[in-house]
Amino acid sequence: MGVDAPVDRAFRDHWGRVLAALVGHLGDFDLAEEATQEAFAIAAARWPVDGVPDNPGGWLLVTARNRAYNRIRRTRTLAEKTRLLEAAATAEEAPMEPATFPDERLELIFTCCHPALATDLQVALTLRSLGGLGTDEIARAFLVKEATMAQRLVRAKHKIRAAGIPFKVPDPEHLPERLAAVLAVVYLIFNAGYGGRDALAGEAIWLARALTDLLPDEPEVHGLLAMVLLLDARRDARTADGELVLLADQDPARWDADEIAAGRRSLDRALALGGRGPYVVQAAIASLHAASPPDWPQIAALHGELARLTGSPVVELNRAIAVAEAQGPEAGLALVDQLELDAFHYFHAARADLLARAGRTAQADAAYGRALDLVHDDAERRLLERRRAALPPA
Amino acid sequence: MTNTHSEDEMNYLILIYQGTTPTPPSPEWDALPEEQKQAVYAGYQAVNATPGVTPGQQMAGPATATTVQVADGKALVTDGPFVEMKEAVGGYFFLEADDLDAAIEVASKVPAAALGGAVEIRPLVQWG
Repeated sequence: MGVDAPVDRAFRDHWGRVLAALVGHLGDFDLAEEATQEAFAIAAARWPVDGVPDNPGGWLLVTARNRAYNRIRRTRTLAEKTRLLEAAATAEEAPMEPATFPDERLELIFTCCHPALATDLQVALTLRSLGGLGTDEIARAFLVKEATMAQRLVRAKHKIRAAGIPFKVPDPEHLPERLAAVLAVVYLIFNAGYGGRDALAGEAIWLARALTDLLPDEPEVHGLLAMVLLLDARRDARTADGELVLLADQDPARWDADEIAAGRRSLDRALALGGRGPYVVQAAIASLHAASPPDWPQIAALHGELARLTGSPVVELNRAIAVAEAQGPEAGLALVDQLELDAFHYFHAARADLLARAGRTAQADAAYGRALDLVHDDAERRLLERRRAALPPA
Repeated sequence: MTNTHSEDEMNYLILIYQGTTPTPPSPEWDALPEEQKQAVYAGYQAVNATPGVTPGQQMAGPATATTVQVADGKALVTDGPFVEMKEAVGGYFFLEADDLDAAIEVASKVPAAALGGAVEIRPLVQWG
């Protein structure tokens, strides 16, 4: 661990485990977070001077726990004190062994991603609690004011406490749907980062990897990790001089070969576990995209499978694009024109590209116009404008 | 959690919204097959018999509601519920449960939830 920079990722890795152990121990999210925060502040001040303790995680946990007990003694009402100090007394009889303190991050992530919390709360709380990101960092990443993000986190913790959202791993009957919610949060974080905020993509990959450690037998977890790695591997190649570069024009030399290899290993693991769910299929598609040239018929078939699993018209659009690559633009257009995605700029952009390739220039121009009416992102707008300008004269 | 009482139980008020659920007395309810009517009754009986449940009293339909608002010290009385008829509370019960997951489990057994209605779980604040 970098002693000079104790707030680096390795240092932050301890955050989730310490916080989770304290939430589990005290049953109070706010108190646990305040105490963890204090312990990390003490470590950040002391470790660069005194050196890093042999067991940094245990040191942080014991320090945070003692801080929490101090706070209980100082601030709680008598009735609350009695109850929490009972827990403390029990704990002192059987002290948490720092070397082997239980990893309760899984309980923590299921609490943070409980469906009784709105999605934006789930995302913020997961980044804060598991990822150890500061409120200011999360606020920056989501382009909101720090006060707004702070309020969001307060609201989430208040709901957990007031509504009795449990700190536990769901029973097997409910695990699949609850795990899907957790994976969706990680994917949301990744997508928010894929658009350009690099730190978030890194956080999502870190979270996905932590989940594979915590749930090693769940194929969809490995599928999610594989997918984010394989997409992230092409991130640098997606832009050149600040402009978006389409897959067909990307330079494979700018793909991250190590990350592609790691993604494919995770995909193999997911497949070996019998995984055939939506993340595994998306990872398989991302793996095929990261080949030069891509196997378009296979990609189209996988999009068909994904559409069957998700019922999503956006997936059907991607399938149409793959079919166009495999069988020509008219075959793709036949599928595209069956979709009801009129409010979605990608739909018009994809349609415009296919129309242009089919030589239907006037229609392509109109479709680019419709896409430009709907697009918000500046880089995407410029890409559409370039493609429209490149149409041959009608 | 620190705001719950000493047995670590949570107390909830469960509010039942009938939405478009057919309820007696109405032609829609009468049109249901006898089997389905019996299933609805049995469903509510099972919920009421669930450990931790304190059944509420049966409420007359929202059409019988009267709403009072006070302005300038004067009571303004209107016919009907405060919200739209189909958004009105149709029933309630109290539930003592370990946590929200346990409450969701019970709430999902309320027949109205599967028949076009919805069930709202409201934690009750514990003092002391």
